[in-house]
Amino acid sequence: MKIEKAIKEKSMILQKEMLAKQFKELSLARESGKKVVYTFVPGNLTELILSFDMLPVYPEINALQSGMRKKSAAYIKDAEKIGHSEDVCTYVKCDIGMMLNGNIGPTGEKLPAPDLLLLSYTGCFTFLKWFENLERLYPGVEVAMLHTPYQEDGKITADQIDYMVKQLREEVIPKMEKVSGKKFDYSRLSQMMINSEKSEDLLVKILESAKHKPSPIDAYFAGVYYIGPMFTAFRGTEEAVNYYNELYLEIQERIKLGLGPVTPEGEIKEEKFRLVVEGPPNWTNFREFWKIFYDAGAVIVASSYTKVGGVFDLGFRHNFREPLESLAKYCMGCYTNMNLPQRVDLLSKYVKEYQADGFLINSIKSCNSFSAGQLLIMREIEQKCGVPVGFIESDLVDPRYFSYANIKNRLESYFQMLEQRKIILGQETEA
Amino acid sequence: MKTIPEILNHCAELSFDLNFSKAKLWKSESPERILVGYLPIYLPREIVHAAGGLAVGIMGAGDRKQIIKGDAYYQSYICHLPRGVIEMALDASLDHFDGFLFPSICDCVRNLSGMFKIINRGKFARYFDYPQNFSPQVGGVFYRQLIQTILDDMEKINGVKVTPEMLNNSISLFNLNRRLIEKIYSIKQNYPWRLSAVDTYHLLRAGLSIPVEEHNDMLTAVLNFLKDDSGQPQDNIRVIVSGSFCEQPPIGLIKSIEMSGCYIIDDDFMLGSRWIMGDINSETDDPLNEIVHAFLERSQFSSAIYDVGNPKGKRLVEIAKRKNADGIIFCAASFCDPALLDRPEMQKVCDEAGIPHINFQFHENTGQFKVIKEQAGTFADSIKLWA
Repeated sequence: MKIEKAIKEKSMILQKEMLAKQFKELSLARESGKKVVYTFVPGNLTELILSFDMLPVYPEINALQSGMRKKSAAYIKDAEKIGHSEDVCTYVKCDIGMMLNGNIGPTGEKLPAPDLLLLSYTGCFTFLKWFENLERLYPGVEVAMLHTPYQEDGKITADQIDYMVKQLREEVIPKMEKVSGKKFDYSRLSQMMINSEKSEDLLVKILESAKHKPSPIDAYFAGVYYIGPMFTAFRGTEEAVNYYNELYLEIQERIKLGLGPVTPEGEIKEEKFRLVVEGPPNWTNFREFWKIFYDAGAVIVASSYTKVGGVFDLGFRHNFREPLESLAKYCMGCYTNMNLPQRVDLLSKYVKEYQADGFLINSIKSCNSFSAGQLLIMREIEQKCGVPVGFIESDLVDPRYFSYANIKNRLESYFQMLEQRKIILGQETEA
Repeated sequence: MKTIPEILNHCAELSFDLNFSKAKLWKSESPERILVGYLPIYLPREIVHAAGGLAVGIMGAGDRKQIIKGDAYYQSYICHLPRGVIEMALDASLDHFDGFLFPSICDCVRNLSGMFKIINRGKFARYFDYPQNFSPQVGGVFYRQLIQTILDDMEKINGVKVTPEMLNNSISLFNLNRRLIEKIYSIKQNYPWRLSAVDTYHLLRAGLSIPVEEHNDMLTAVLNFLKDDSGQPQDNIRVIVSGSFCEQPPIGLIKSIEMSGCYIIDDDFMLGSRWIMGDINSETDDPLNEIVHAFLERSQFSSAIYDVGNPKGKRLVEIAKRKNADGIIFCAASFCDPALLDRPEMQKVCDEAGIPHINFQFHENTGQFKVIKEQAGTFADSIKLWA
């Protein structure tokens, strides 16, 4: 399939520049003396890391970038050559393969080795195994563990917050002080949270703009492409606030003009279907995957994957008055840290509030945190919301598990079903 | 008094009674009694016992149940254990259970706890989120709160308020249970021909669905028998099987390993029963504190526990050396992230220590063992010939 050069908005260009600067800074970390922290997107402690003037590296983002740049297949094979099973998470294998091949990052520059592995283990058990592996690949590296309790009872309890704050005080912050050589600056962290809150307000407004008809954004593909990523790496900074301001202005303009979402091939001219999607996207064939949707006029108006870095539309904001407590609440509130009934409730709310025509699951072989239980979630949503549900399967970064023809075929059948339902509903309304 | 073959046959029946008839019969004898089902790996069963309950290990359906509904709940790339468990939850197998606990081991088991909530099984269904911080003031406090939540759940059902005396009594019974099990493994280390791996497996697994007092009697009887030499030593190698701590290998697989010329002198099949190493203090005013400290300080290594600072590979090699094992068989369930993600590093440590190893994967309902038997047989031959 011939892929044309992607059309980009101003915010996308701004994002590219900010990320390029970030990776440049990482490549020069040894020269600049900045310390590097490897950590994860869900439950990330970005503000805390930045308050120590350290640089965060997110191995999942490196892996997905490797997937998009068609490098993941070779990396995964290299990880399998040293004994990793075909069955396990391909983010982990891709990351290990990248490290075995010189740790060259997405921009082609070598990523520095970690000074600190910050295992903020939120919503994914495999994170724990991932960093145990990395710890052995970087012998002697400092490791800080932050165990985020699961919302097993559908709520965050005072005991859980207390447990997390104690870990931050007694485990994470002392390790950061040791690695960075700086004392923890409570007021600096607190100040950053004022920016976090501003970014979070803007992010929610941006994501909720999809309630408009037509939606000015795609809350899944664009959500992971240019709406969400800046949030993880830059939250707490002025740059993030500026970026989200810019993006919000762009979106308001789109709403005013009645424009649909931007795709790599321009705007969607007609919004035929509004969907809620559960599960991560496929990265190895990201654009072909997206194209199946925009070619059919299918717009994703809400998605769960864009909430792994925080479910801010449920009201949570970082709070400068209680920075450590709010870091704890933030970690525990991330989507994959919510129990299954909570996930069902959230997705049902999305279907209703965003007036979705259907609910679709992209079930990912690599990701049990998402995938285990999805078939029950699907049935629950179907019963609660009365919308057609669809189910496709792929993987994060292993191209062996992306079958374009199968996925296209399934999606086309699903879109036909949605079309048919619209016709019937229209006839019923007229009658 | 039953004979040893009778006891072992009874254990084999109990191990795979997926209707948990014995546990249900026990419950029916008194209105205060409750049943709490738990998944692998570890649960401090003492707390359930002290509350007048029976903690019942739900180790999956194995190859003993046709999975029909369960497969409709799980994609093909998810391990087999939860589909068997959900099958049991949807038929009558788990009726009369009062609660369910899902110890933190992986995301599949974690999400299964939510599925039980959605399908509304038991009066409580909780994910048991073991602390991954091992400081008594941090992880210890959190763990104690978790246990208290379960005690409160049980009290709401049967009204039993657990006292230190009740808990001390339960601890002493489980101390005895662990001691007896370790004695059996000690005998197997020196005289593996006296009790087959399959019989050992049945003997331990049976203990997950009967009162500990009864299990202790069984273990004592078998131990008395094992003190005398019996059976005929074979020209077998001595292996440790590692990686089967959650989804259980089918009996045919265990048998195949032994028939191919390997004595299984240690394994992690029933790891939960051997989780705490040594006794827990049972003469104290604060037994809950002793249970917490035992977990923090004397847990067996496991893929479910964060191990930086005390790596699993090193601990496995120590066991292999201490038990004079000839080799290690890494035997993990397919799609088991915890076991499979540990494997490369553990193999590397074995290589460095000069301990031969092989690996294979299984499903709990695997039915073909020829390849495994050949692989294990070749492994045994190579050690016998070249080690």
